[in-house]
Amino acid sequence: MAIKERMSGNEAIAYAMKQINPDVMPAFPITPSTELPQMVSNYIANGQMDTEFIPVESEHSAMSAAIGASSAGARTMTATSSAGLAFMWEVLYVAASNRLPIAMALVNRALSGPININCEHSDSMGARDSGWLQIYAENNQEAYDNFVQAYRIAEHADVKLPIMICQDGFIISHGVQNIELLEDDKVKAFVGEYNPEHFLLNEKEVCSVGPYAITNYGMEAKKAQAHAMDNAKQVILDVAAEYEKISGRKYGLYEGYRLEDADYVIVAIGSVCGTIKDTIDELRDNGVKAGLMKVRVFRPFPGEEFAKALKNAKSVAIMDRAESYSSQGGPLGSELMAAMYRAKTKAETVNIVYGLCGRDVSVNDIKNVYTQLEDVAAKGAAGREYQYLGLRD
Amino acid sequence: MALKAKDINVETRWQDLTEGLQIFEPGTSKDFNTGDWRTQTPVLDTEKCTQCLRCVPYCPDSSIPVVDGKRADFDLDHCKGCGICVAACPFDAITMKEGK
Repeated sequence: MAIKERMSGNEAIAYAMKQINPDVMPAFPITPSTELPQMVSNYIANGQMDTEFIPVESEHSAMSAAIGASSAGARTMTATSSAGLAFMWEVLYVAASNRLPIAMALVNRALSGPININCEHSDSMGARDSGWLQIYAENNQEAYDNFVQAYRIAEHADVKLPIMICQDGFIISHGVQNIELLEDDKVKAFVGEYNPEHFLLNEKEVCSVGPYAITNYGMEAKKAQAHAMDNAKQVILDVAAEYEKISGRKYGLYEGYRLEDADYVIVAIGSVCGTIKDTIDELRDNGVKAGLMKVRVFRPFPGEEFAKALKNAKSVAIMDRAESYSSQGGPLGSELMAAMYRAKTKAETVNIVYGLCGRDVSVNDIKNVYTQLEDVAAKGAAGREYQYLGLRD
Repeated sequence: MALKAKDINVETRWQDLTEGLQIFEPGTSKDFNTGDWRTQTPVLDTEKCTQCLRCVPYCPDSSIPVVDGKRADFDLDHCKGCGICVAACPFDAITMKEGK
């Protein structure tokens, strides 16, 4: 029987961390992820976990220590947010290129400036080309479920890449909701023991990690890494199918909500999807064929699957909780539109930047987006390339 | 089975490289002749050389072997052709020639 609880997103992830009980956690506190190392430290102090917690002096050190621990053969995790992730930048790429299956609980927060501690996806979106897998959650339940699935994906023989499990800062991380937890033994059996094939502390095998690659080899190494990212798509689906058997909860690359017959579709990531679902129910009652495609997996980017899911839509609004200052829109907008172009998807698309620096999004805001989508479909023209939602102008 | 480092060369396909280019054997630097990078090569004039050995500690690549207290000819497997020995020699006994 599943355990019914009420928890914040951080409590839920910390609980998953306790159940998985990885070998090593180097971490440095930063709002809103600070509770994660704090809660793990409590579990360790209370004898409920035996993870080696390393209190490092910075996030660059946290990721460097994680790389060292993972190379040594330890199942390794860390947690961070915003500027903390930015400070890891250099070594994020090393974790990925050294093919180390480190799990990171990322609590999404705006990058400065203006300095701000609230939810935005600019931190993880900035790291989208670092070679890490990225999975996003709509609520605390999904954050928990995603973290339980994380190591099975990252450590899979066809993948071996680090993974970011992302949740919206404060909205999910500090908002308390109902949740169903799995029993410890079920989680332990699902995640399994970590037995890496090669590791530095193996006294039976000599091993060097991260060697210099001259021009003749670097390109081949990067291709192999990109191939692992390609493989991850199927592994994510396989792990989700297995997870459904123990949890009863279904996960994919995306979640469609009243999407099948929808004329007007919003594509979004994270907690805003709950607001969008409520809005859709209201609009559907009034005969508006509104739908949602919620992106769960952003790395690898399932462009073909996303474009296919949008093939019957008349108009699509792609919502970005990050500004990329490209003058073209946000990162999800750019990547999804490229995928839709390749798939020759006929829908008109608009790219909407919303919720920056934690700006709240209401049902009325989302209604305005659907109204715009109806208008765009009727005119057959999307108009301005990208816009801000709820901006004072 | 992972390829041995000495079997990896410019013909090796990306599918055959180890993950993250990990290496599972010690001492692989012995298999690599870093002198391959050289575009200029030092030449010793044994008539002018007085065996003062001043060039030996100046060589950043330890490519001037000393045998029985006397310098031997350059180790061209590892000499990168930097020319520091030319500047270090007080007797103009070393010159650089173009190429390997």
